[in-house]
Amino acid sequence: MALTVTPRVRMPKTAKAGDVVEVKTLISHDMESGYRKDSTGKLIPRHIINKFTATFDGQEIFSVDWHPAISANPYQSFYVRVPKTGLFEFTWFDDNGTTYKAQQQVTVS
Amino acid sequence: MASLSDAHTRRVFLKLTAAGAITLATAGAAFANPADVETLIQKMTGGKKPSEGRITLDLPTIAENGLVVPLGFDVQSPMTENDYVKSVHIFAESNPNVQVADYTFTPLCPKAAIQVRMRLAQTQRVTALAIMSNGDAYIARKEVKVTIGGCGG
Repeated sequence: MALTVTPRVRMPKTAKAGDVVEVKTLISHDMESGYRKDSTGKLIPRHIINKFTATFDGQEIFSVDWHPAISANPYQSFYVRVPKTGLFEFTWFDDNGTTYKAQQQVTVS
Repeated sequence: MASLSDAHTRRVFLKLTAAGAITLATAGAAFANPADVETLIQKMTGGKKPSEGRITLDLPTIAENGLVVPLGFDVQSPMTENDYVKSVHIFAESNPNVQVADYTFTPLCPKAAIQVRMRLAQTQRVTALAIMSNGDAYIARKEVKVTIGGCGG
């Protein structure tokens, strides 16, 4: 397991009202599938991020349930519309109950 | 004549292979199979047969590394309040767990398109199933050749 789980989000900070922008997200995580064995032949228990959500001003716009078939350090990109100046929030849900958050204020000019 | 004992050894051999086949079958149960995908599709569409089209599946024909296979899709839809893509489900039929990811879209998404990285245990067919807001289902499949498998090992 990586020592620190760092979520990263890349998206424009400014946009025109109604613009469609691509959001690229990346989080450092081993995504242990639960199907791998250690050197003694014992199964390594599953430990993945099982859900990712994106909200705009508190309203959910996009979410995904991940299964063990998602690669380590999961990259996820998707598209959002920027209707007005507001706050995009991104949340990753770990199997162990931890949540990792990132946010981005987008200003409509 | 040796025929009697020959027949005997053959019978023993058959018995042994039969037992062996059973053990193999039980061991194999840990791995999922294509039928599981069909069962899941049936469950998600409510028994409706999904039609072809509307999904552009972006996958390599040959993946050098099964641990990181880039996957993208784009589902054609106006993405309005009355007509949008509700969910998209990705399946890999020869992975230990056939489910890869389940996407939920809303009319607030301008388009139902994503990019992600997935694991493929071996050469297999990847399926994308899209469920529209009116209940219509669309399906797209692509065979991916995997040189080095991901998952386990």
